Amino acid sequence: MKPAPFDYTRPRDWSAALAALAAGARPTAGGQSLGPMLNLRLAMPETIADLRHLPGFGVIDQQRDCVRIGAGTTHARIEDGAVPGQVGAILARIARNIAYRAVRNRGTLGGSLSHADPAADWVTVLPAFPGHAIALGPEGERRIPLGCFVTGVFAVALQETELLQAVELPMLPEGTRFGHWKFCRKPGEFSKASACVLALPGSAPRAVLAALDQRPLVIDDAAALLAAPEAEAARIVEGLRLADPWREALARVALRNAAQEAA
Amino acid sequence: MTVSGKGVGASLRRKEDRRFLQGRGRYVGDIRPAGVLEVAFLRSPVAHARLRGVQKPAQGLVFTAADLLEIGPIRANSALPGFRASDQPALARDKLRHVGEPIAACLAESRAAAEDLAAACLPDYEELPAVSDMLAALAPDAPLIHEHWSENAFLETKREDEVADLDAIAAAKVRRRLRTARQSMAPIEGRGVIAEWDPRLEQLIVTSSTQMPHVTKSGIAECLGLDEGQVRVISPDVGGGFGYKGILLAEELVCAALAIRLGRPVRWLEDRLEQLTANANCREHFYDVTAWADAEGRLLACEVEAVVDAGAYSAYPFSACLEAAQIGSIFPGPYTLPRFRFRTVSACTNKPPILPYRGVARTGVCFAMETTLDALARQLGIDAAAIRAINLVPPEAMPYRNLVGKVFDSGDYPEALRRAVAAIDVAALRARQAAGETVGLGLAVFCEQGAHGTSVYHGWGIPFVPGFEQAQARFTPDGVLELRVGLHSHGQGLETTLAQVAHEVLGVDPARVRLVHGDTALTPYSTGTWGSRAMVMAGGAVAEACRQLGERALTIGAALLQAPREACVLRDGAIVQGEAKVTLDEVARTWYRRPQNLPREVDKGGLEVTAGYRPDPDTGTHSYAAHAVVARVDRETGAVVLEQYVIVEDGGTLVNPMIVDGQVLGGTAQGIGTALYEEMPFDAQGQPLAGTLADYLLPGASEVPDITIEHMVTPSPWTRFGQKGIGESGAIGPPAAIVNAINDALARFGAEVTDLPATPARVLAALAKVGAA
Repeated sequence: MKPAPFDYTRPRDWSAALAALAAGARPTAGGQSLGPMLNLRLAMPETIADLRHLPGFGVIDQQRDCVRIGAGTTHARIEDGAVPGQVGAILARIARNIAYRAVRNRGTLGGSLSHADPAADWVTVLPAFPGHAIALGPEGERRIPLGCFVTGVFAVALQETELLQAVELPMLPEGTRFGHWKFCRKPGEFSKASACVLALPGSAPRAVLAALDQRPLVIDDAAALLAAPEAEAARIVEGLRLADPWREALARVALRNAAQEAA
Repeated sequence: MTVSGKGVGASLRRKEDRRFLQGRGRYVGDIRPAGVLEVAFLRSPVAHARLRGVQKPAQGLVFTAADLLEIGPIRANSALPGFRASDQPALARDKLRHVGEPIAACLAESRAAAEDLAAACLPDYEELPAVSDMLAALAPDAPLIHEHWSENAFLETKREDEVADLDAIAAAKVRRRLRTARQSMAPIEGRGVIAEWDPRLEQLIVTSSTQMPHVTKSGIAECLGLDEGQVRVISPDVGGGFGYKGILLAEELVCAALAIRLGRPVRWLEDRLEQLTANANCREHFYDVTAWADAEGRLLACEVEAVVDAGAYSAYPFSACLEAAQIGSIFPGPYTLPRFRFRTVSACTNKPPILPYRGVARTGVCFAMETTLDALARQLGIDAAAIRAINLVPPEAMPYRNLVGKVFDSGDYPEALRRAVAAIDVAALRARQAAGETVGLGLAVFCEQGAHGTSVYHGWGIPFVPGFEQAQARFTPDGVLELRVGLHSHGQGLETTLAQVAHEVLGVDPARVRLVHGDTALTPYSTGTWGSRAMVMAGGAVAEACRQLGERALTIGAALLQAPREACVLRDGAIVQGEAKVTLDEVARTWYRRPQNLPREVDKGGLEVTAGYRPDPDTGTHSYAAHAVVARVDRETGAVVLEQYVIVEDGGTLVNPMIVDGQVLGGTAQGIGTALYEEMPFDAQGQPLAGTLADYLLPGASEVPDITIEHMVTPSPWTRFGQKGIGESGAIGPPAAIVNAINDALARFGAEVTDLPATPARVLAALAKVGAA
């Protein structure tokens, strides 16, 4: 379990990072997914571009009505409360249950989201937020709504020439409700079904159902789910036509429990 | 116990822990000789194929079977009638028989470069249909894995007691088909080998992570055609064994041959992928059990068809049949079974060879017997404790010889059960069940034969038979006591417990006792650490060597005291006559450095003794235990939570109760793994599907509940201090007890789990099967 030979580059600024990307380098941040893939030789890139030293990569910047979280922010910093406000409290709760602390010390929000493992926690939670992924490409910045960012299993809306620079989330108004539930047989195991619901006062509640080996299901208006969690969760999950009855049961429970918590 | 509080029975802190806790243990991976070449193996990507050849890269050191003709096959035959022998080539020759089988050894200055070489090799093979399921392997049209065999079976054993009349007599009859998963033992440290050729001694030095250095030495000498004096095996600190390090590895042979060939040290360190998928297979059993009982639950008979998936080859030294054939001899468990009919088959499949894992066949057997008993109890409407109590061997029958000839040395089995149940608030549990909670109580009672010796093993006819265990005791000139044993300590705490034994006999402070082990050049021959034997066998041997050493010291001490020998005694580390005494330090100093002070007629043997020990009879000690578990089942997700776990255990005299508790806890954690988590699935093509510890789930700290251990102490009448082998016990009971608890919780739905591990998916499937999901 040793990687095939590769070159390593550490871009000092974003334009160098984009240039490395254009030259075919594979970007890495915390390396918590790429590392094992390299060791198993499932990934054999010629060059790895280590993004960790880019300016602002791990910076959390609170603006007037939103917070901009650098893509290189580790799960551990989020867990430890680096993101302010209720949004920070929600993210801290999610971060706390990502794998183990050793993973959280290195793994990053942006790395996890861009890798888009269907079982990853940020893939489940962030699409519920009315926020944006900030992509940087040769043409400049592009704002991608979080609900559309993950497009499939290990697939995201970034173009090949783009890097995820940050995630921008709104500061949450008073009265925001949140629910989340996931199923793991032990800490550190990949989730077998995850769901979350975010209800902002005055707008339609949003829900996400994920970790089902497919693209996360984003429900833009989950009002019906909040009104009748049990029945509506059953209806939604049935529509997914999952092959495994156990995962189907977990998906129902996940969606219902998240909805009940947020209701 | 001695008045010092450091002898047999003391919970002395472990002497070895200082280096372990400070991270100063020294394992194979910590050793890197100058000029070493690292080895990576090209391994079979397929389960079954005809191998036509290997195209090697243009540059680099790559060796295939054709290049290493000096390595003979690994042969672990059994003398049991009908056994089919399988030669396991160290590197595949004409066929590939499981994924991960070594094909070529690739050597380079670093492991990464060696893996690059392996990746550049192109094996040329023609794939054959794979046999990935043990029951399918036995079908008449199954592809043959060893083509000169008539069927894919290493061995079949049977016993044919009459059972045809029982349907008419019995008040209850149940039949269950049960399965245990294939597992991969997962010690923290994998295997690892360094081989070096010493031209001065003309000796091969193999440093290997093994629990049986002497057996490994014999195996290497046999397969390489060397005399045993030309091979020295060193086993340094070993990070967990559990049976996985009690086998001869193809990788050891290849490294040894390459070191001789190249004149350079070579090293192979197993990685987790190799451990999980290519090497550490264990546990996979199938049972078809029928049991009959009378109205009170008294067992009338059991009929068992058992198949064990032994994989593609017979592993050295325990062979491919030990596990299945053992089922026939241990299925009756701690019960007075009057009739027993069985057929066992060691099936051959396209999987890595099965290896004996802590508990060996007992874990599966206990699961089969105990779940069957519960099924009978449910059918009869009697209590799970009651059906056990009526069938357990009673204490007044000890020593008890059961119908297959196993002799239980001592114990009060029903009392262990009673105490375990008494620790549970059964009334409260039943009230919760009545209120609709899906909770249950599970019980398992079992006994564990340990330290069984010559009389048991000669019948198996496998490559080794344990005889007298030997230990060497000697004083150094400053009075430090050195013990030398041929078996190995890798978590058992023998550096402490054998010092306690020596202290018990000689009075030397355990701090001044050194244990030398893990080096065939320094220690007497031993079959090693396996079968829960170390404390009985090495404990007995050390005690005997120390006793004889004490006799020698007594003679010298009496001479120094100028007293008649018979007037002197050995007490608290000194030779004493009345008020006068000579310490053992003084005795040692005199013998080695002031011999002028000795009379001419003193014992010339000096202060160095090698003594042998074997209990009589040597059919083994039987420790036993009752496990009681309260488990809660989440009906929606199938998840199981262990709410309470109680163990009542009798290991006879406990040399160090703290270490025994550690053994029981560690074993139980592994048993919880077997019960709920661990599974190495294979697809129809024979591909192992859990290649990382993210897929192969091991229980962690958060999955192991607080476990209560209560000890009973019924000394074995046959061993030196009354101690019994107990090292594997904890790993035997959990699957039975936990699944019984789950099934008790599911009983009101009429659902039952029959396959291990009892994953949430399986629990939910059991509920779905009866329409209760």
